[in-house]
Amino acid sequence: MRYVLLILLTMVAVVFGIAGLRGHLSRKPPVEIIPDMNRQFKLRPEAADNFFANDHTSQLPPPGTIPRSRPIQTLSGPVYPYEDAPVNTGFITGTTNFVATNPLPVTPALLQQGREQFEIFCTPCHGALGDGNGITKKLGVMPSVANLHDPRIVDMADGEIFNTITHGKNLMGAYGPTVPVQDRWAIIAYVRALQLSWLGSTNDLPPDLRAALK
Amino acid sequence: MPVIFPKWTNQLPFLIAAGLALAGGAVTAGVTYYFTPKYSRVGYEPIQPVPFSHAVHAGQLGMDCRYCHTTVEKSWFSNIPSASTCMNCHNQVLKDDPRLALVRESATNGVPIPWVQIHRVPDYVYFNHSVHVRRGISCVECHGRVDQMDEVHHVQSLTMAFCLNCHRDPAAFIRPESKVTDLGWQWNTNADVAAEMQATNGVKFVHDWRVQSLQNCSACHR
Ligand code: HEC
Ligand code: HEC
Ligand code: HEC
Ligand code: HEC
Ligand code: HEC
Ligand code: HEC
Repeated sequence: MRYVLLILLTMVAVVFGIAGLRGHLSRKPPVEIIPDMNRQFKLRPEAADNFFANDHTSQLPPPGTIPRSRPIQTLSGPVYPYEDAPVNTGFITGTTNFVATNPLPVTPALLQQGREQFEIFCTPCHGALGDGNGITKKLGVMPSVANLHDPRIVDMADGEIFNTITHGKNLMGAYGPTVPVQDRWAIIAYVRALQLSWLGSTNDLPPDLRAALK
Repeated sequence: MPVIFPKWTNQLPFLIAAGLALAGGAVTAGVTYYFTPKYSRVGYEPIQPVPFSHAVHAGQLGMDCRYCHTTVEKSWFSNIPSASTCMNCHNQVLKDDPRLALVRESATNGVPIPWVQIHRVPDYVYFNHSVHVRRGISCVECHGRVDQMDEVHHVQSLTMAFCLNCHRDPAAFIRPESKVTDLGWQWNTNADVAAEMQATNGVKFVHDWRVQSLQNCSACHR
């Protein structure tokens, strides 16, 4: 009996020593004993597969295709993503002049959306206040981030800011690929609100609110 | 008449039974402990081609998950950022660092960085990120404290039992939608108060947002 127990204990110790505790960090992929249903012959996004010539499963749409989509509701009516309209390009149709103001109706909901998107995409560099003091500046790794309250940017046409977000400018990268068109205009509306809150004075308030402040 | 079986053999059946019971017990215990995704998946931490750290980017820099994982609230699939997303900063930060050589290369020639996928449900399971993220289910419930990990590892088992545990009672996990990517967020620093607020607000959110308790097979196997 003693031997049986001894053998059992050593075996338990050996298994435990090799296999370890649940949840220990391991470089090896999980074992799948019968993987035929788990891993089927179908393409998953962002994987490597030689079905397409460039070995990617995620493909760019062929040139000239138009995604099935809903129009964006602008102040001058609905606009589809393929149209040459200010909301898509930032330019006045048919010219290379930037549109002066936001083509979307600026509502509290749009500002809220703009705030959310600004805090995701712009705060790391421009800071939550837009003053250019984001975390990258504080760490000293990115010295030349623009201050969005600079008079030059306050006076800038909305279309030019749209262009900066879409294509980037000098050291700032392009956010066109990651931020959808509507979110870009929402961000611009929010940036305008930030600028107002920065440059505004109590004289801009209606008289009753001003009295309440005093 | 000589004794064929010595006296100790009287105990033999008992010994065999006891031995088998012990061995059987040990094997059963071993199988339940080890033959489960709680063992095989949890802790999986592959070596990534670039030593990218969520603790630095999401934790220290405080970047929102959606800066990189942009599709997570719009589609079933959560993307891995392209190299150009990294180059927004790394065209200036650590510009010549050898650890980022692959990122710079990928940004110029367009060949994707071969990141190793960690979380993956079987192909017969339908999973969807946006429905969870849009209903106030935080990344932390399924991925753990990614913002504290230098290298991402598998934290939850992602078995059917794990999914159903929440689908039976989403109220116990749901949180305000704006806090979904704030992994360290809690209702209150006091655990008791937090549990109470989760109970009252959870029921309220489930009611207001009409969150369903999805348990029929076709929700996930379609
Ligand atoms: C990775 C850091 C980074 C992020 C994120 C970032 N920017 Fe910038 N931004 C910069 C830098 C650096 C400059 C200065 C560019 C220069 O002049 O070299 C700049 C400049 C600008 C300018 C001024 C452009 C001009 O004409 O001089 C605007 C407007 C701007 N950013 C808006 C935004 C908005 C809106 C977002 C969010 C979608 C954003 N930025 C996100 C780094 C960033
Ligand atoms: C918001 C700007 C920003 C973006 C976007 C960004 N990084 Fe970084 N990264 C930083 C900063 C800041 C540091 C810290 C630099 C330091 O320690 O001096 C850093 C550090 C690193 C390091 C060094 C790791 C370490 O432990 O110090 C690596 C590797 C890295 N990043 C990879 C990436 C990859 C890959 C991406 C794209 C998925 C990316 N980064 C996107 C700002 C950024
Ligand atoms: C700077 C860009 C960046 C940010 C911000 C970021 N991630 Fe990631 N994430 C990556 C990259 C690149 C990978 C692939 C490499 C890896 O697995 O470490 C990744 C991988 C992951 C994975 C593992 C994916 C798999 O293969 O299963 C999870 C989970 C994840 N991220 C969650 C998060 C969460 C949650 C946040 C917010 C707290 C976040 N990420 C913020 C860039 C980022
Ligand atoms: C309800 C659970 C759940 C939640 C909440 C969740 N995830 Fe996931 N995540 C998963 C599962 C399951 C997978 C594996 C999916 C697959 O098989 O493609 C996954 C995969 C991923 C991947 C890897 C995708 C790939 O193919 O490489 C990333 C990145 C990721 N999640 C990021 C996030 C982020 C960021 C959040 C929060 C905004 C989040 N997840 C919230 C369950 C979840
Ligand atoms: C922490 C809670 C939680 C976890 C864990 C969780 N879910 Fe969910 N899931 C939800 C909630 C809440 C909904 C939204 C229900 C609704 O539509 O009202 C949902 C919805 C879904 C849907 C959408 C069904 C439909 O009809 O569109 C699918 C599919 C799904 N979950 C699959 C999974 C899978 C697979 C897992 C395990 C990897 C998982 N979920 C883990 C909370 C969770
Ligand atoms: C909340 C989502 C969800 C629902 C609802 C669900 N399943 Fe699953 N099921 C899963 C996931 C995730 C797996 C993969 C488990 C794994 O890989 O460990 C799975 C795996 C399975 C498996 C393979 C065996 C296993 O456990 O790996 C079977 C069989 C199965 N499910 C049957 C069912 C049946 C029958 C129902 C309805 C009563 C059902 N499932 C409902 C998510 C779900």
